Amino acid sequence: MIRLSGITRTFYMGKQTIHALDHIDLDIQNGEYLAIMGPSGSGKSTLLNVIGLLDRPDNGQYKLDGKLVSDLSEAEQAQIRREKIGFVFQSFHLIPRLSAAENIELPLILSGIKPNERKIRVKEALNAFDLLDRAAHKPAELSGGQRQRVAIARAMIMHPTAILADEPTGNLDQQMGKEVLALLEQLHQTGTTLIIVTHDRELGNRAHRKLVLRDGKITADKTHDIN
Amino acid sequence: MTLTDTFRLSLRTVISYRLRSILIILAMSLGVAAVITLTALGDGARRFVINQFSSIGTNLLVVLPGRSETSGAFPGAVLGQTPRDLTLKDSRLLARLPQVKRYAPLNVGEAELSAANRLREVTVLGSNADLIPIRHMKLAQGSFLAHGSTNSAQIVLGAKLAQEFFPLKQAIGQRVRLGENRFLVTGILAPQGESMGFNTDEIVIIPVEQAQSLFNTTSLFRILVETKTHDAIEPAKRAILEIMKQNRDDEEDITVITQDAILATFDRILHALTLAVAGIAAISLIVAGTLVMNVMLVAVNQRTAEIGLLKAIGARAEDIRLLFFAEATWLSITGATLGFLVGHIGSFLFRQAFSQLPAWTPVWASIAGILVALITGILACILPAKKAAQLNAVHALSKK
Repeated sequence: MIRLSGITRTFYMGKQTIHALDHIDLDIQNGEYLAIMGPSGSGKSTLLNVIGLLDRPDNGQYKLDGKLVSDLSEAEQAQIRREKIGFVFQSFHLIPRLSAAENIELPLILSGIKPNERKIRVKEALNAFDLLDRAAHKPAELSGGQRQRVAIARAMIMHPTAILADEPTGNLDQQMGKEVLALLEQLHQTGTTLIIVTHDRELGNRAHRKLVLRDGKITADKTHDIN
Repeated sequence: MTLTDTFRLSLRTVISYRLRSILIILAMSLGVAAVITLTALGDGARRFVINQFSSIGTNLLVVLPGRSETSGAFPGAVLGQTPRDLTLKDSRLLARLPQVKRYAPLNVGEAELSAANRLREVTVLGSNADLIPIRHMKLAQGSFLAHGSTNSAQIVLGAKLAQEFFPLKQAIGQRVRLGENRFLVTGILAPQGESMGFNTDEIVIIPVEQAQSLFNTTSLFRILVETKTHDAIEPAKRAILEIMKQNRDDEEDITVITQDAILATFDRILHALTLAVAGIAAISLIVAGTLVMNVMLVAVNQRTAEIGLLKAIGARAEDIRLLFFAEATWLSITGATLGFLVGHIGSFLFRQAFSQLPAWTPVWASIAGILVALITGILACILPAKKAAQLNAVHALSKK
């Protein structure tokens, strides 16, 4: 589980001081489906980046599965990102010169997994995300929805405990957005923690727990069971 | 990430940025090729000179008048003395030394040669019969200066002169006028071309005493001495100095140069020249290294979002750094290999075009060229790789 206590993150823009995160206390249980909402500049992306260990808080403690991770070294945090966290971005962030299969394979390569095992796991992922016939295509040859599917497959290939998605449907049309969201929710159903940053109210309402941020503070934290 | 995967991934990058990679490889390979070809030329020149020296004779000593000083002005000039001349008497003294196989006195001057209504200025060598074996010269026709006689009125013509003066007639047996005196042509030198400053095709050789009277002198320009063996060169040099000293009021006012010493000097000079040329060519490699740095810095900027992504999916700063180093290594290795090939092809073409020039690249130059290319290429990557590794992942990801 994720436990943030007293997390502060401050940016300085010239003479202006921006409290992106202002003493955030937050517990997220494993397997939760959480939407982080709020106007732009409210700190919701910063919160996601802190949870994903991409950004270091200036103050406060972050415990992941009982282990204090906010003070770990850069290389140790990288290892946690590799093993426990999967990122999905609004703009997909696929490497354009690598094929769909190779993009999905990247986290396995970074973990030093042997080529034979990589091949099997990539094949499984391609199969699971319905991308088998697109394996050899470069990202430029894929539709937006397919690209995001590749990105999600890449995020899931290491079987992370949490998926962190920053506006995952922001660059997709409505139909494709729905498909991608359905896919993410499907993953959540298998037990993966799903944290989505969005300003889309409808999308936010689908989550079991909705967090609203304003000026770096949590102003609402509602849990509601849909099912 | 394993090293194999690092190199494999960076190879993909090198291949996909094709134009950029080709340009860097080109710059690198030109630098390496320059080192290899230029050192081949430098070393070829060195070998060429050494061959030339060997061709003018073996086990050779040259005796010349005057003491060669390493510092200061002529001591003779200060004391009001001039160095004593070398004479024919001196040369005969040398002949008695046990180490000496044969000797040839030498006088050099210019005189007008005229025959068959033609006239031109020629270089005149005065010597004896042993000049031919000592200098490894060859006769085309007739006979050389007669043994035992140093004042017969005979003349040996260079190949080109014989052709110029007697284009239609047999030159042997013709009479020619050299300065005031008349000579009988007894031999013609084989064409040899340029050899140590003389074009032997355009000289005439007459007996030494004839030359002395022609130039109105009793002194000699040099005495060439051939020793019996290579090992006898140094003892012969000492013996010559000793015997000359005894006959010259105990004063050592001659100089003996051994061919080995001249060779060694030329060898040193030309080796230094080769090194200098290699150094200049190596500068082009450093320029190529700067180019690599430049291009890699641009690459870091271009691939900022990608670097952010790699960090997000768990790449350590170390992994990113290694990826950039691997990329530079690929570029440098390919450039160095290509340059090695181009350089050796270049040297080969030089050898084909100038058959006299043994333009072979010394092994040290090949190794140094490749090493300098690899080292500059990889050093040039330190800064860009560091910059990439230290990128802030959040900022990097927000860049499109």
